Amino acid sequence: MTDADKPGRAPDDDTLDDDLDDETQADEPEVQAADAEAKQIEEERRRGFGATFIGYVTTANTVMVTVYSFLLSMVIGGVLVIVSDPEVRGTFGYFFSRPTDALSASWEAVSGVYTGLFSGAILNFDTLDRYFADDATLAQVLAPLSETLTYSSALILAGLAVGLAFRAGLFNIGAQGQVIMGVVGAGVVGFALGLPLWLHLPLAILAGGVAGFLFGAVPGALKAWTGAHEVITSIMLNYVALYALGWILTSEFVRDPDKTHAISKEVADTATLPRLSEFELFTGLRVNLGILVAIAVAVGVWWLLSKSTLGYRMRAVGLNANASKTAGMSVSSTYITTMGLAGGLAGLAGAVTVLGIHPYALTHHVAGEIGFDGITVALLGRAKPGGIVAAGLLFGAMRAGASTMQSVIPLDMVTLLQALIVIFIAAPALVKAMLHLKVPTGGLATSTAKGW
Amino acid sequence: MAAIGVTCGLALFVTACGEAPDSDSGNESVATDFKACMVTDTGGVEDRSFNASAWQGMTAAAEQQPAIEVDVKESSSEADYETNLVGFINEGCNLIVAVGGLMSEALTTVAADYPDQRFAIVDAYLPDSPNVYSMEFNAAQSSFLAGYLAAGTTETDKVATYGGLNIPPVTIFMDGFAEGVEYYNEVNDADVAVLGWNHETQDGSFADNFEDTAKGKSLTENFVSQGADVIFPVAGKTGMGTPAVTQTEEGLSTIWVDLDGCESAPEYCEEFLTTSEKNIPDAVSSAIIAARDGGPMDGHSVGTLDNGGVSLSPLRDDIDDELAAEIEEVKAGIVSGEITIESTVQPTE
Repeated sequence: MTDADKPGRAPDDDTLDDDLDDETQADEPEVQAADAEAKQIEEERRRGFGATFIGYVTTANTVMVTVYSFLLSMVIGGVLVIVSDPEVRGTFGYFFSRPTDALSASWEAVSGVYTGLFSGAILNFDTLDRYFADDATLAQVLAPLSETLTYSSALILAGLAVGLAFRAGLFNIGAQGQVIMGVVGAGVVGFALGLPLWLHLPLAILAGGVAGFLFGAVPGALKAWTGAHEVITSIMLNYVALYALGWILTSEFVRDPDKTHAISKEVADTATLPRLSEFELFTGLRVNLGILVAIAVAVGVWWLLSKSTLGYRMRAVGLNANASKTAGMSVSSTYITTMGLAGGLAGLAGAVTVLGIHPYALTHHVAGEIGFDGITVALLGRAKPGGIVAAGLLFGAMRAGASTMQSVIPLDMVTLLQALIVIFIAAPALVKAMLHLKVPTGGLATSTAKGW
Repeated sequence: MAAIGVTCGLALFVTACGEAPDSDSGNESVATDFKACMVTDTGGVEDRSFNASAWQGMTAAAEQQPAIEVDVKESSSEADYETNLVGFINEGCNLIVAVGGLMSEALTTVAADYPDQRFAIVDAYLPDSPNVYSMEFNAAQSSFLAGYLAAGTTETDKVATYGGLNIPPVTIFMDGFAEGVEYYNEVNDADVAVLGWNHETQDGSFADNFEDTAKGKSLTENFVSQGADVIFPVAGKTGMGTPAVTQTEEGLSTIWVDLDGCESAPEYCEEFLTTSEKNIPDAVSSAIIAARDGGPMDGHSVGTLDNGGVSLSPLRDDIDDELAAEIEEVKAGIVSGEITIESTVQPTE
């Protein structure tokens, strides 16, 4: 078997699974190495599960660095909560005469923040108690999860948009602009056409994807044909998209004449993503079909990257463009298709936003910061579809929890936590040094994109 | 470990050697029986503009009536509106105030899902939601007076205005301003021109955002070079560029909007002839108090010169008494209905 015959096992950068694959499926000339591996595994078995586990968690491998990054940012976030709260800070003024005040105030502030996060994103125990006392509905118990999934759907898609480009060695910082274009495409098809549901909804989603594809392909083409760096061009195109949206909103065709604000006509009911609240049991839950779309697309991206020829080409170009060229691959067409597909994914993120969340119409802020958050999600998910889904769920949970956390701390805290996570993930050496972790075999996994 | 290190550092930093206060120096906590909660739009509560003034109204209500407790949630994107509204319902708020017309759609849905919950909205009218109290403001009236004042003050016979976006909550100010200038021309046989807004074609100069102070500066410099000496920006933070320009040259001045400029931007107080104020704080606090007293769940208030919902803040000291008296007369004329304002974007009661 030659390497080209097994696209699923192209030289991969950092997953543990791949390493294991290599170990277990060793070919003839590698028998000796395999023997050594087997010995090591045998030794590990003798060391027992506990020791292996400790060995694993004290090593700066990809998974543990990610976990520790999250935990460290929670710790630093906690310190900032203490520092930023004037009342808690006040208790430190007499720390040495009565330290208990300072400690309990700090504990209350920090635990308040993180319980708020949990109860807004996953489960609120108060509501659960009231549910058992027949004072709350099942829908209210599930509401935090519904919020998390609602926020996650667009974040996962935007994360895939950035992650896919990472794999081809491209840094798609233009996801925000592509999301905006997706919103416009899906929104316009959503309100301008009158079609039955089974046709209208897929068409509107598709329109979002196509609009994102076209807009995303531009930096790819500029890079392929002129060598212009995609980071620069895609950043600039974000502004183009933002102001284009502003201009589109002023046009007679788009603008809702009955509203006093800059808002487009509302997407027709036949083009909105059905909500779970349409079942009577779940009244009030706003989670919609978008999350299923996001997960289906993630599976599609996984297939594309690990099973298809195109995906193989993308990863090959990402690992070494020159070698790929020598091997007869067209690097420029790979750049264009990759950026186009990435844009299409971002466009889908825009589509699930405008078709799934109020006000179901175009406004200046409709895209929020989804595209920029997508960069963070992709980094946290290590540019792997599975990881991106997990990271998207985590960030969706943080967004949902932000609402309840706000009774204790300002909204910006969530953004700050996200930023801290990224800093740690981007600098595994920092995490390793702070926690005195061991260097894993194969060295630290650092940069995901080679475009720099 | 890092946490402990930083905490110790912090403790030392703030000289942690003070005396501990008596633990039982009782905070007089009054039992609260009404929770009023506010959801901001994406501008956030520190926007120096209408979110800030709505919050001012919330805290004023809590001061007036200690049994009222207030809380706020900010929205970082439009997707947060519904989350925050529903979040407050789950937190047991008695009245939830939504700030900004862009929240109308989200509020309509949430209000329908929770028909027993009281809501209020600033800057929009939701007649179809029986549990939403709507607050609107006829800023054309106060801006009419501002226009009259500008026309009476100008030395160059040119005044100017610009907006953040061409949307009714903004253009209502510009309409009123332009009509006020026209009225001045009619009454005093003058010929003052308005740059930046044509209220017949409903078209004019816009910054296309509410955040870019530099854009406000360049628009203002443009107007000044065309000869205008009184500028009326209706563009939130973007408008801050205007007093920054007018303070550089003698004889130029600014008229501010929303919140009295001498309070919201005291550093430029000398530049402001006056402010065309929208009295959001009073509207919000009286809505809260009425709701606590068991008033009807729906309702619609329109702030006017008559009920003090819109007003001109105190005029700058150097404005002569004659003009000030004329403005009082015009105000009386508007209140009595003698003077009618044409603007089609005015809210109707």
